[in-house]
This record gives sequence, C-alpha cells and structure tokens, in this order.
Amino acid sequence: MARKLLLENAHIEGIHTYDVYRKNGGYRSVEKALKTMSPEDVVEEVKKSGLRGRGGAGFPTGMKWSFIAKPEGVPRHLLCNADESEPGTFKDRYLMEKIPHLLIEGMILSSFALGANQSYIYIRGEYMYVLRILEKAIAEAYANGWLGKNILGSGFDLDLSVTPGAGAYICGEETALIESLEGKRGNPRMKPPFPAVKGLWQRPTVVNNVETIAAVVPIVNEGGDAYAQIGIGRSTGTKLISASGNINKPGVYEIEMNISVEEFIYSDTYCGGIKNGKKLKACVPGGSSVPILPHYLVCKTAAGQDRLMTYESLADGGFATGSMLGSGGFIVYDEDQCIVRNTWNFTRFYHHESCGQCSPCREGTGWMEKVLHRLEYGHGKMEDIDLLWDIQRKIEGNTICPLGDAAAWPVAAAIRHFREEFEWHVKEPKACMERNYGLVAEKTFEPATA
Amino acid sequence: MAEQTEKINVTIDGKTIAVDPGTTILNAARIIGGDVVPPAMCYYSSLKGSGGKCRTCLVEVSKGSEKDPRPMPKLVASCSTPVMDGMEVKNKTSERVNDARHGVVEFLLINHPLDCPICDQAGECHLQDLAFEHGLEKTRYEFKRRTFDKIDIGEYIKLHMTRCILCYRCVYTADQLTNQREHGVMKRGDAAEISTYIQNALDNDFIGNVIDVCPVGALTDKTFRFRSRVWYTKPMDAHRDCKKCSGKAVAWMIGDEIARITARKDQFGEVKEFICNECRFDKKEKTDWVIEGPRHIDRHSVISANKYEDPIPEHTPLLNKA
Ligand SMILES: Cc1cc2nc3c(=O)[nH]c(=O)nc-3n(C[C@H](O)[C@H](O)[C@H](O)COP(=O)(O)O)c2cc1C
Ligand code: SF4
Ligand code: SF4
Ligand code: FES
Repeated sequence: MARKLLLENAHIEGIHTYDVYRKNGGYRSVEKALKTMSPEDVVEEVKKSGLRGRGGAGFPTGMKWSFIAKPEGVPRHLLCNADESEPGTFKDRYLMEKIPHLLIEGMILSSFALGANQSYIYIRGEYMYVLRILEKAIAEAYANGWLGKNILGSGFDLDLSVTPGAGAYICGEETALIESLEGKRGNPRMKPPFPAVKGLWQRPTVVNNVETIAAVVPIVNEGGDAYAQIGIGRSTGTKLISASGNINKPGVYEIEMNISVEEFIYSDTYCGGIKNGKKLKACVPGGSSVPILPHYLVCKTAAGQDRLMTYESLADGGFATGSMLGSGGFIVYDEDQCIVRNTWNFTRFYHHESCGQCSPCREGTGWMEKVLHRLEYGHGKMEDIDLLWDIQRKIEGNTICPLGDAAAWPVAAAIRHFREEFEWHVKEPKACMERNYGLVAEKTFEPATA
Repeated sequence: MAEQTEKINVTIDGKTIAVDPGTTILNAARIIGGDVVPPAMCYYSSLKGSGGKCRTCLVEVSKGSEKDPRPMPKLVASCSTPVMDGMEVKNKTSERVNDARHGVVEFLLINHPLDCPICDQAGECHLQDLAFEHGLEKTRYEFKRRTFDKIDIGEYIKLHMTRCILCYRCVYTADQLTNQREHGVMKRGDAAEISTYIQNALDNDFIGNVIDVCPVGALTDKTFRFRSRVWYTKPMDAHRDCKKCSGKAVAWMIGDEIARITARKDQFGEVKEFICNECRFDKKEKTDWVIEGPRHIDRHSVISANKYEDPIPEHTPLLNKA
C-alpha cells in the first residue's frame, strides 16, 4: 500500500478540529523544529528532501528559500498561495477543508525557516467556506499557543491570517497575488525584481503553494533524507493529484511519485479505469495549461517506455510528445469527447482571466477563442487552423507573465496531436454538430526527432 | 561589479555604445539613435512604473554579457531590461523580433476601430506610425470589434475608449502628476477599460497632460476636437509666464489663431515638461503667448512625412505610391 504523508489522517472523524488533530500527532514537527532545530536546519532538511514546488512550476523549494534576501532590519514574509484556480485542480481545497491544521503547521515551520513573523494565506474568493474553516483553525492554533508571541518559549513570533481574493485566476500568479494582497488591482509585476528581493510591500517574500507548505511537516518529522527516499529521480515524495474527467473514481489522490500513468488511470486504488468501459482518447496530466496528450502518448512515451507520474517522465519528449506534471490536475477524456470543444473551452477561460496588461495576451486570447468557437460550431475554415497556430505562437514567450504561455500551450498541443479532428470540423460542419470525431489514429515517431 | 561611475558597453544591431549601468536597452538605443531604436508604445521615461506592457519594444539578446555570454531564451522588453557589460542586442537585425513585432502590431489593431479619417489624433498617432512601419496591409481578424461608449471626463477631456491600447500612461500620469487618484483601469482582459471614479470629472491642474501622453486618439482635447486635421495647423514654440508650470508649450496655429496648445514633445514623442490646464485650455489668444518660431518636428511620423523634412527616406517611395 502506498504511503501517504499528507492525507494519511484526512479520513479521521473531526480531524479538522484542533483536539483531534493534536491527538493524532499534530504539531509534533513544530515542537521538534522550535526546540531542536535552527531555521537553517529546517531549510537544510527541505533541500535534502528534494521537495519541488507543487503550484505548477516545480521549482526546488529549498533552493527558493535560500534565495530570499536578508537585508538588516527589513521584515520578510511567507505567503501561501491558495488561489487554486487552474481548471482541473482541486487538491488544495481538499487539503485545507479536511485537515486545515496541517497547512497551519506547515506555515509555522516554513515561516520559522524563512524568519518571517507575519505570514498570509491568500485564498481564492470562491473558497469562502474554506476560509471560514481556516479561520477557525487559526483561532484554535492561537488559543493553544502555536501562533502569536514567543511560540513554545522559543522566542519565535508568528502572526498568521487568511485573505480572500476576489475571483481572478491571475491572482494565483505570485506577483499578481502580492499586488492583490497589497489591496491593488491584481496585475502581475515585471520581473526582476523577484519577490525574494522585493515582494510584499517591497520586502523579501516567498510565495509557496498550499501543498508545498504542507509537505514541510512530514519532511521535518521524518527528515529530508527519508522524504527523498520516496519517488524517482528528481521527483521525490508524494504528490496530490486531482483526478477528473471520464473516469470511474474522480477525486484527490496522494501518490508516491513512482507509479505509472497506466496504474494511476486503470487501478482501482486510483481512477478505477475509464467510465462505462470506453476507450481512453486523451489526457491533460497537469491542469488546463499543460499540453494535452493523445491516447498513444499517455501511458507510453514516444520512445516506448512506460510513462510515470513524475515531473521528468510526464515531460519526456518535450512539447513534441510530452507534457508536464504541472499542478497535478489530471483530466481524462474518453473516446466521445471533442478536442476542439475542449480547446475552445480552455481558451475561453484564459480569455476571461487575462489581466489585460500586455497586448499579445489581452488581444490574442480573445481572438483564439472566437476562431475556436467558429470551428467548433461548424463555421470554420481550413486556414483557421494555421491562423490559430500563428496566434498562439505570437503569444507564447512574448508576455509579462506565464498566463500567456498557459493560454498558448493547450492550443498548440491540440493542433499538434489532433489536427485531423480540427480539419474534420471544417470538412464536416454538419456532422461535427451531431457527433464527435472519435479516437485519433496512432502516429509513429522517429526516435531521434524531438 | 562595475563602479557606479564606470560605463558599460552594449552593442545594438552592431553599433556599440558606452552607457551608465542601469540604463535600459531602449534608452541605450535611443542614445545611439536612428533605426536601432525599438518602437515604444507604453514606456514613458518620466512616468515611474511605465513600460513592459505593449510588447512592441521586444528585442533579442543574443549575448547576455561578457561574464555570462549565454543568449536570453525569450525576447525581452527593451524598455524594462537593463543592459549588462558586453551585452549584444538585435533589434531590426533579428528575424524573431520582426516576427514578434508584426504579431504585436496585429494584436494592437484587431480591436482598434481604424477610424483614422475621423480621429483627431491622426497624423500624430503613434499607433498609426507603428502600423505604417511594422504592420500588415490586411487584417486577418474577421470578428466584431470591441466598442465602448464615449465619455466626457471633465470639462476638457473626451475619453474614446474604443481607441485605447491600454498602455497605462494616462493612469501613471494621473497618479504621479495630480494629487487625486481617481483615474484607473476597471475590468480585465480585453474588457478592461480606463475609467474615472464613478466617471468623476478629472478636474485637476495637471490632468490635461493625459491627452499628450496618450499614444492614440483615446484621450482628446475637447477644446480642439474636430476643429482641424493636425497637419493643417502650424506648430509654433511658444511660452508664457505661468505660476503653475514652466509655461513652455507648442501653439498649433491656423492662420493667426491658436487652435490648440500642447506640451513640447521630444523626438521620441515624450513630453519632458508637463504643462498646466490653464496654459492648455484657457490661453487660446495669441496675446497670451510669446511666439518663438516654428517648431522642429523630427519624429518619424505621418504628420512630418512629406511636410517638414524627409524623416523616413526608405518609406518615401511607399508614401508616393499610396
Ligand atoms: C496565471 C497563473 C496562475 C497561477 N495560479 C496558481 C495557483 O492558483 N496556486 C499556486 O500555488 N500557484 C499558482 N501559480 C504559480 C505561482 O506563480 C507560483 O509559482 C507558485 O505559487 C509558487 O509556489 P511553489 O513553488 O510552492 O509551487 C500560478 C501561476 C500563473 C502564471
Ligand atoms: S500575460 Fe496576460 S495575464 Fe499575464 S500580465 Fe500579460 S495580459 Fe496579464
Ligand atoms: S487612454 Fe490613451 S494613455 Fe490611457 S491607457 Fe488608453 S491609450 Fe494609453
Ligand atoms: S514600450 Fe516596452 S513594452 Fe511597451
């Protein structure tokens, strides 16, 4: 049976309350860290653990922490990114709802490691009921001496609060989050300066995902080396996957990063196979921003190896034949799903969520949505496919923040792997309104081409 | 690290120049001058925080620096990227830059009304110039263009949001030149719009400058609207004694009458000395001003083409053909 480090106790009745959480070993790591470790020791354990950011980019957390500037007399801040708005991703909500104290425990450890005395959880506005759960848990933590002044007599002070966003995906981008937290319009900032140097109120700041921060608890409890034992290569530890789509058992799963994609989709421990005995058509393995994979590239890489649920394996083949682990939003499509419709739907989202600061993203996302809509509803032209390709190409890499790339990649991947299906929409305008295209034919790849 | 006073070398399109550390690629290019200068639709040197948004100034950094010669993987906004010693930059000489810039111009135009024939800004519009130099002749956009209602913001200024390219210059101007923050951006994405707090009148001594910083015809001078095409007016340097501002302006004349007053713009279309509302809107008599003489307009622009001098020789045949 796979080990669970985060959700092990999630099923226990009343675990969201302080007493039950504490009885089940909660806040042990804080005792250990504050009584026996220095902040540098905690950073060192996190480095040893190989933990990588769970918010999407997978940047090594220990390294990120060691970049934080430490000018004399300037406060530093830790911000928890609980904006979770990427379509297909709902793991942070599950964690905060079920075991809010785990996040608080992680926040104490991480703030201690960074020398932050005022930390914030920025939560998406739609999660208002989760905010209430967190607020209750924070009040309990204060009441029991885990937050506030001189925690456990260690001399370390920490204040923690939760702030809701107002319903914008872009506020999950770390600098937009900071602007929003400062009470401004959530436009991403230009980098440099990076938040590690000038973040919240121009002070050194680290932004980490909910799951990243929660993972620090088992790392401190069991040691970075033990954590690094789990997983393969540079994908260490466990990862929460939000599984959705045409599967028998949608939900949040904690996996050790060593299982295969095939096992994850078909085993009864996880997704339980494709619903209604249908065939797999495609999979978006890491949230709506990452490239979609056609069925023949989901369980195997282009080189014919088993694809694993790891950062490296999911990215194997680059964008030509691979994708990304991203935020772990794992969306499965059966043979009845329409790729053009799905691409249109994703693009509609990015169009709606663009902050509008830079021209390629502001104008390009809307344009792509309109062209995709036309294709999906049987009014498209053959040139539309190349036009879409050209628009996404001119957005990608040319914007202030990665939302532009996030909008471009799904369109590029859909055309790359499902071009025939787009063409079919043009050639069969009536049929495409009545039925779906079905499976795509398997392509063979020259082993050498990237 | 180089000393603050020590100059560093940067090469743009093969031309090398020594500049102070901290200088942006765009400003280094402006010192070199000529066609190594990338177009800039949102950056405005006197407005803090401006730049980075329009992406017209993207350039390719083919060598990062002497210390770290690796090229930068992505194109960078030259207005907000500082130069490094030994950096090599490609502007006009980069295919990637030309391609991306074509894209940006197209993006800026897809929702633009293209109503130049009835727009007051025509002739001195940076978007017109940009499209002229970098745009395509045809649009690939076949959908309804975005429109907004025109609004009066205050007694003197008309906001025609449909023409706006969201460069944020007017927002920074209102923020930094006036003491009330009541002008900003509402909504997001391509629905974003410049707005004033519940359409509050922008009545502030320096708010008129938003008209001058606007690169397009989104903010226009109500005291001049539709009076004349700008190329029928004669720009004259003029000054007056003013308690609020420098009093240095340009009087745009029709015959003996002053049709419009603006601040003075440099060769990159930027105002260096902002003027007050009184000078701009209330002093329209010739007796209010000391007229110094004709103003030299040396910007690459439609207004100066075929008129004052030959600013873009390589384009003159095009103009003649048209
Ligand atoms: C448009 C956009 C939206 C994002 N949304 C989120 C989000 O909801 N949650 C999150 O943790 N990271 C999000 N990110 C990534 C953050 O910018 C940042 O990389 C992350 O919070 C860092 O945490 P980590 O290192 O722990 O992964 C988003 C990035 C972009 C560009
Ligand atoms: S890429 Fe899009 S979301 Fe990001 S800053 Fe530019 S317009 Fe805003
Ligand atoms: S109104 Fe003019 S100055 Fe203001 S953002 Fe729009 S284009 Fe820029
Ligand atoms: S001038 Fe540099 S991005 Fe607009």
